[in-house]
Amino acid sequence: MSYSKPQFKEKYGNFINGKFVDPVDGEYFDNKSPIDNSLIAKYPRSKKEDVQNAVDAANAAKEAWGNTSAAERAVMLNKVADIIEANLEEFALVETCDNGKAIRETINADIPLSIDHWRYFAAVIRAEEGTATELDANTLSMNIKEPLGVVAQIIPWNFPLLMLSWKMPPALAAGNCVILKPAEQTPSTATLLMEKIAAVFPPGVVNIIHGFGPEAGKPLASNSGVDKVAFTGETTTGQLIMQYASKNLNPVTMELGGKSPNIFFNSVMDEDDAFLDKAIEGAVLFAFNQGEVCTCPSRLLVQEDIYDAFMEKVIARTKAIVQTNPYDSSCMMGAQASNDQYEKILAYIKIGKEEGAKVLTGGNACKLEGEFANGFYIEPTILEGHNKMRVFQEEIFGPVLAVTKFKDEAEALEIANDTLYGLGAGVWTRDAHQLYQIPRAIKAGRVWVNCYHAYPAHAPFGGYKKSGFGRETHLMMMNHYRQNKNMLISYDKNKLGFF
Amino acid sequence: MKPERVSITKEATKIVEQLQNKFGELIFHQSGGCCDGSAPMIFEKDDMYLDDSDVLLGQLVGVNYYMNIDQFEYWKHTHLTVDITEGRGSSFSLEIPLGLRFIIHSRLFTDEENEILNG
Repeated sequence: MSYSKPQFKEKYGNFINGKFVDPVDGEYFDNKSPIDNSLIAKYPRSKKEDVQNAVDAANAAKEAWGNTSAAERAVMLNKVADIIEANLEEFALVETCDNGKAIRETINADIPLSIDHWRYFAAVIRAEEGTATELDANTLSMNIKEPLGVVAQIIPWNFPLLMLSWKMPPALAAGNCVILKPAEQTPSTATLLMEKIAAVFPPGVVNIIHGFGPEAGKPLASNSGVDKVAFTGETTTGQLIMQYASKNLNPVTMELGGKSPNIFFNSVMDEDDAFLDKAIEGAVLFAFNQGEVCTCPSRLLVQEDIYDAFMEKVIARTKAIVQTNPYDSSCMMGAQASNDQYEKILAYIKIGKEEGAKVLTGGNACKLEGEFANGFYIEPTILEGHNKMRVFQEEIFGPVLAVTKFKDEAEALEIANDTLYGLGAGVWTRDAHQLYQIPRAIKAGRVWVNCYHAYPAHAPFGGYKKSGFGRETHLMMMNHYRQNKNMLISYDKNKLGFF
Repeated sequence: MKPERVSITKEATKIVEQLQNKFGELIFHQSGGCCDGSAPMIFEKDDMYLDDSDVLLGQLVGVNYYMNIDQFEYWKHTHLTVDITEGRGSSFSLEIPLGLRFIIHSRLFTDEENEILNG
């Protein structure tokens, strides 16, 4: 099945206080599709004044919103889910156009997962409760969850609607008003969502600000009218946001990427069965979303006694990846999100070769024909080398796999943990002891065992080390968006006796 | 003479100068990690808190170039050239509103350079 580029208006506004508004100074930027480098639409190049308007609107709305019942908020979150679901194909098409990823991914992963995250948090707030503990016969300690107030969220371009759907529902479910800034490369699905759900929430509860990091992101992250900043991105910006937050003594959560090891022990090849087939796919998942995933399994570690046989299958499966029109459902890997991403990935392949890595497959830009000739495509690439090479240590954020072999469990762990990051990891084995012991010894927040790249709302996600802190998805995310009010109540009629 | 760890192309120099005229004193900081990471970012001099954990790699057009010390351990055997390309990043780097991004080209230091710099 093949789709074509969706229709857009000439320009869009920010969504502030329940309606679309033009940027204060009237400036816009061109947003292009990486599929063919064609113009999508103009989006606001917001500045400090626009951000302030959104912050003011959110602050004006926060008290009433914070006092709504969990039941009322859940109804609204479920409504958003229903609206996205009813328009799934439209969201998927817009996402593919804006980000460049293949339509089969947006239809089957990005949008359905987004829907489920809204539903999950609608459900969570109906089921959870505070706590009450009798500390002694006359003293009761009660913990009541209260919203923080106004939350700023800055999200990346790799899963635009999904990252919005990871961040917004828990903040709203907890009773906060939100100001979200999408990445300037991918403003479209956030805008489409506001068009569809404009009437769902009271004005000021949900606000979207478009624009560039230094002009709109910085005034948002440093605004004293904001009570919390949640960020997904890279380390330097993360550090800056923490600095700004420290001025306001605001809490932050950070999700800052990784260089995730995907480890295959020799037992995966004990049988030539469905599990081996799954394991090979697991290794090739480095190409999922063009490798533009914080948890991209970009370091492949294979036990030496199966290395040649295993890699033969991985290379064959990688070579079978179809790169074509991303709007066509036969396309397995779409365009990189932007020109600078494309250039950066090619620069990494080059330094990899210089450092002595051997190209096992790929290694070049991929030139598509016709209207796609101006898009940003790269061949899925496998580089064989060792863990001290820069292609093993830096997040390339492209379809580039760095592969090396290991002798035993100790060496696998040594390589896996020799990285600045600790976001994801994969462990593949038929050995019941390894299944438990290896994941426990890996310093990463999410270890997939005999699977990879699954992101259910019901499992917490987040990093160790320089991959950040805080957890997303799952009930535990809620506490990153709340205060704890402790009421300590005495039922004792007698005084202390001090005065 | 001590080899340089970092250099800059003519095209990138022009952009740095343009930003200096607008913002005054600047620094480069090499980012790591997700999305827009693994890229040089340029900020107003006092915007970023720097300390002993930031290694000074060199100075380009009067702009100090820093990298976190942990990251430097994995990068120190390579020479970096700052270049500029069309693009759109979502970091706070000051060139982004121009529709441009600084990027890095790398090459391995020769054995001789390595000996002097890292030996």
